[in-house]
Amino acid sequence: MKKPEIKESLLAPGHKACAGCGEALAARIIMDAAGPNTIVTAATGCLEVFSTLYPQSAWKMPWIHSLFENSSAVAAGIEVALKAMGRENEAKVIAQGGDGATADIGIGCLSGMFERGHDVLYVCYDNEAYMNTGIQRSGLTPFEASTTTSPSGEISWGNKTDKKPMPEIAAAHKIPYVATATVGYVKDLEKKVKKALSIKGPKYLQVHCPCPLGWAHDPALTIKVAKTAVQTGLIPIFEMEQGKITSVRKIAKKQPVEEYLKLQARFRHLFKKPGGEAEIKRIQQIADNNIEKYGLM
Amino acid sequence: MKKLIEGSMAVAEAIKVCRPHVISAYPITPQTHVVENLSQFVADGELKSEFVNVESEFGAASVVLGSSATGARAFSCTTSQGLLLMLEVLYNIAGLRLPVVMVVANRAVSAPINIWCDHQDAVTVRDAGWIQLWAEDNQEAYDMCLQAYRIGETPEVSLPVMVNFDGFILTHAFEPVDVIEQKDADQFLPPYKPAQYLTTKNPLTFGLLVDPDYYAETRYRLQVAMEDSKKIIEDVADEFKSKFGRYSGGLVEKYRLDDADTAVISMGSVSGTIKEVVDSLRDEGKKIGLLRIRVLRPFPKEAIFAALKDVKNIIIMEKNISLGLEGMLATEIKACFYAKEKQPKVSGYIVGLGGRDIPQDSIRNTILKAEKELAQAEFVDLKHQLIGGVL
Repeated sequence: MKKPEIKESLLAPGHKACAGCGEALAARIIMDAAGPNTIVTAATGCLEVFSTLYPQSAWKMPWIHSLFENSSAVAAGIEVALKAMGRENEAKVIAQGGDGATADIGIGCLSGMFERGHDVLYVCYDNEAYMNTGIQRSGLTPFEASTTTSPSGEISWGNKTDKKPMPEIAAAHKIPYVATATVGYVKDLEKKVKKALSIKGPKYLQVHCPCPLGWAHDPALTIKVAKTAVQTGLIPIFEMEQGKITSVRKIAKKQPVEEYLKLQARFRHLFKKPGGEAEIKRIQQIADNNIEKYGLM
Repeated sequence: MKKLIEGSMAVAEAIKVCRPHVISAYPITPQTHVVENLSQFVADGELKSEFVNVESEFGAASVVLGSSATGARAFSCTTSQGLLLMLEVLYNIAGLRLPVVMVVANRAVSAPINIWCDHQDAVTVRDAGWIQLWAEDNQEAYDMCLQAYRIGETPEVSLPVMVNFDGFILTHAFEPVDVIEQKDADQFLPPYKPAQYLTTKNPLTFGLLVDPDYYAETRYRLQVAMEDSKKIIEDVADEFKSKFGRYSGGLVEKYRLDDADTAVISMGSVSGTIKEVVDSLRDEGKKIGLLRIRVLRPFPKEAIFAALKDVKNIIIMEKNISLGLEGMLATEIKACFYAKEKQPKVSGYIVGLGGRDIPQDSIRNTILKAEKELAQAEFVDLKHQLIGGVL
């Protein structure tokens, strides 16, 4: 039997990500789609921690981590430096951050990068909480997920707010390309990275990345969890060009949100506590609103 | 060539001949004229730089960090609240060993908000790993900018350098400044060629996670680079003098200290006023001189001790306070004499906070008073009617 060919990846194996880590998978696919002529920045977070514990690094491309909130500004500095030194043809620039680095602490720097029109692709790995510090809620934590700082309790159903609409916030900056993607559909992710990098100017790509540790799901189910999120309508997958939605991933067979929620212990309280059914209905409403808003069916 | 120009223009002209690839800054009084002048140079094509207008000082520091890591010469300028907002990035730039140069137009810190000069801003960030140069006048600020890049970009130093000059007192003052021709500046300051930078030709990882097995060594190497930079700072000043005829460098300035038994210590523009008081006291027969701190980090403890070892009285006049203790210089100067045989009397006075004028009479009276007391964190020219009469 012929041995399967293992492709050499730009994010090398052997790093310290958890089994089933959606972010590690997304990063590998994105980097291989981008290719070696890329300079990469990273915010503080799981990705930086699991891939660069000195004296090892999993990165086979020029890579820099500075702080939690400035991945986009550092990338902007790289982009202008390349231009100023006549090296603009040497490399594309990708900035990376988690959901907290992107939607919370780093949103100021990110807005500045968008506004100034830097030729940078910003990737937000959205695993819906501060996983590196121990599963605290972020601006992208979904409604009624239980995290360590938005726990469910006697008088609480967990996180009180729904996900901050980061793709729309990005698009409002009139940047040429905004897209959402998921590790559930890796070909789509790959295609969007290549498309984004073919467009000049600031680009925003938000990738839904299940976190077996933080979402408390079976690490073997990462892809299933990611796909189910899309098939319920909770995570709409779309592209926006020049501020307008230009493509959406249609839901093949709509699933009720329970199918997604029950895979993850962060939503367990919704099935255990009296009154949970009404709360699940509220989450179903979020999914239905998405389906209508983005035309997912 | 001498030009009668504003201090902010002097600094902008100095940075122009340093040819930074990238300038990023956020406006804040009294730094604005510096970056306005630089952006005009760029707009007129006189300076070929990428000028990046950002959303905050935090963003400015992050942009120049990214540019410097890519191998570019980078510049920023700020003051006061802006410098404090940058603090997290300041440590990061130093830790990454990036020779960014930043001019700070020194200003007081809120609250209450105050836009005028003192030294609290830069003094507060002195532990961040930046070399700190402190100018007395605009010529010195001009010269320090060129020297700053030479010092920071020296491979064994590889540290960021901050050039401090007093907000309003210098930034907005017109003085004749001898400016350097581009071709002469190019000879003194060759292009920046870092050994390592972000490039696809040699893909390296910068800013890794370092655990307890390795972290202390990175800080040790920063400390060694800081200590070693003292010699580089002096060498660069010597080379500058041989090229341009001005000794505009060194770690400390000694003014009429040779036979002095009393020494005043200061930083920045107030030193000019103190020198005049020293002159008049000398005329009256007092053996007094001034030691001006030109480099706050690395702290030139050897040079300070050597200059003051025979002095009996030290009078520190400084524009900052470490609240709950005393002025920063007072503590650090005393440390220079620890475990030495002869211990001078060291009195610490806080002057000129928030831009309060420091007239010659106040300096003179403080010096005369210091002969009779041992002062710690004594505020000069306090308005007692404003503090409830307790004092």
